[in-house]
Amino acid sequence: MKTDITKLGVKASWRDLTEGMIVAGAGTSKDFKTGEWSAVKPEFIEENCKQCLFCAPVCPDSCIPVVDGKRGAFDYDHCKGCGICVKACPFDAITMEGVK
Amino acid sequence: MAKRERLSGNEAVAIALRQINPDVFPAFPITPSTEIPQYFASFVANGQVDTEFITVESEHSSMSAAIGASAAGARSLTATSSCGLAYMWEELYIAASNRLPLALALVNRALSGPININCDHSDSMGARDAGWIQIYAENNQEAYDNMVQAFRISEHKDVRLPIMICQDGFITSHAVENIELLDDAEVKGFVGEYEPENYLLNPECPMAVGPYSITDFYFEAKRAQAEGTKNVEKVILDIAKEFAELSGREYGLFESYRMEDAERAVVIIGSAAGTTKDAIDRLREKGEKVGLLKIRLYRPFPAEAIAAELKNVKAVAIMDRAEGYSNNGGPLGADVMAALFRARSQAFAVNYIYGLGGRDVRVEDMIGIYDALAQIIEDGDAGETYRYLGIRE
Repeated sequence: MKTDITKLGVKASWRDLTEGMIVAGAGTSKDFKTGEWSAVKPEFIEENCKQCLFCAPVCPDSCIPVVDGKRGAFDYDHCKGCGICVKACPFDAITMEGVK
Repeated sequence: MAKRERLSGNEAVAIALRQINPDVFPAFPITPSTEIPQYFASFVANGQVDTEFITVESEHSSMSAAIGASAAGARSLTATSSCGLAYMWEELYIAASNRLPLALALVNRALSGPININCDHSDSMGARDAGWIQIYAENNQEAYDNMVQAFRISEHKDVRLPIMICQDGFITSHAVENIELLDDAEVKGFVGEYEPENYLLNPECPMAVGPYSITDFYFEAKRAQAEGTKNVEKVILDIAKEFAELSGREYGLFESYRMEDAERAVVIIGSAAGTTKDAIDRLREKGEKVGLLKIRLYRPFPAEAIAAELKNVKAVAIMDRAEGYSNNGGPLGADVMAALFRARSQAFAVNYIYGLGGRDVRVEDMIGIYDALAQIIEDGDAGETYRYLGIRE
């Protein structure tokens, strides 16, 4: 039986975990909200953004979607708050607590 | 129809495995367990089983392959002794934490050093906290019967944990004794087919095994694992009952021998229980109230049942065939004493280390233990609680 991985958030009780921590069913990583592992997230300041797209390729978790040559809002369900995008942005269009 | 035979413990276990006809048996030889895969290899060569027999390069690999096979959905097992078990250390924890049913036929032998090939329990005692079920045998019949029951326990949906079927190296594994075997068809019917709900080779539902657990999950994962362990006692008793109906041979969590009115008791694991029974018979002829509690299931530890069985004894000697190097007794001693304490027992309890590296245990030695317990009761004082049986001073 396929595991419902959306039920395995960091607040899940031990009773809700799968036996032996198996994950049955393929392609489940999109449904697993690893974004909840971090407390601090980057913020997108859209008015400063020049759409240079330096940020999108450096994100280790592909959390900056690019559609029609423009970046969109962060995918906070999977962003782990590493702050690399803040460093990559030349226009102060991304800010994050603790990252200069 | 039962068949009477005379076999060594290793032969008995190998025959049980032939009757079970597992899917995968990866093996690496080590004394005194070598004969188990050796006999089994002949069954493979003779076409008596259709098992995938894999000759691997180490015990690290044999356990890894058994784990991989189990995750894939196969009924698997391996066999080892002593340093071979030590070399499986990492994998033992993997098997248990991944809740993979599989069996290990363990022939107990001393760990190095000094290097020694003979019996003691230091190998499996070292693995006692790995999350495996550990069942011990007194003789070849029990080793055979335990092996026949092993997969039913390990694969049970409320358990799903790996199981170690232990017997004493050389004393049981190589000594030939009378034994009663079940028919092949009886064993086949009893053990049944292994049908896991999830397995790696299921094209309908692929599966991830052993994923990384961050700090937010690891603790809960370990707690969830403990739940399987809590169900073991009941499952073992249920399966023992079914086995008794088939074979006429009864098993429990432990065996009580002449315990009804016993004032002095010995708690012991393995072949020396037979020696102790002889000692008890001699002492009972003289009217002495002595008994034995022989551990069958050591992990998980049936603490409450053991304490209840020892409720009326005045003094108990707990025998460890492994040195714990804790300055607090051997592993069985520590477990039994903790069980007695929690049950608010008033019995005097002493712990003996005995039989290391194959040191012989004689009937006279065990009579000496009961004499020492009598002295403790008379003195009203346990004296030294951490003792060595027959050590040369």
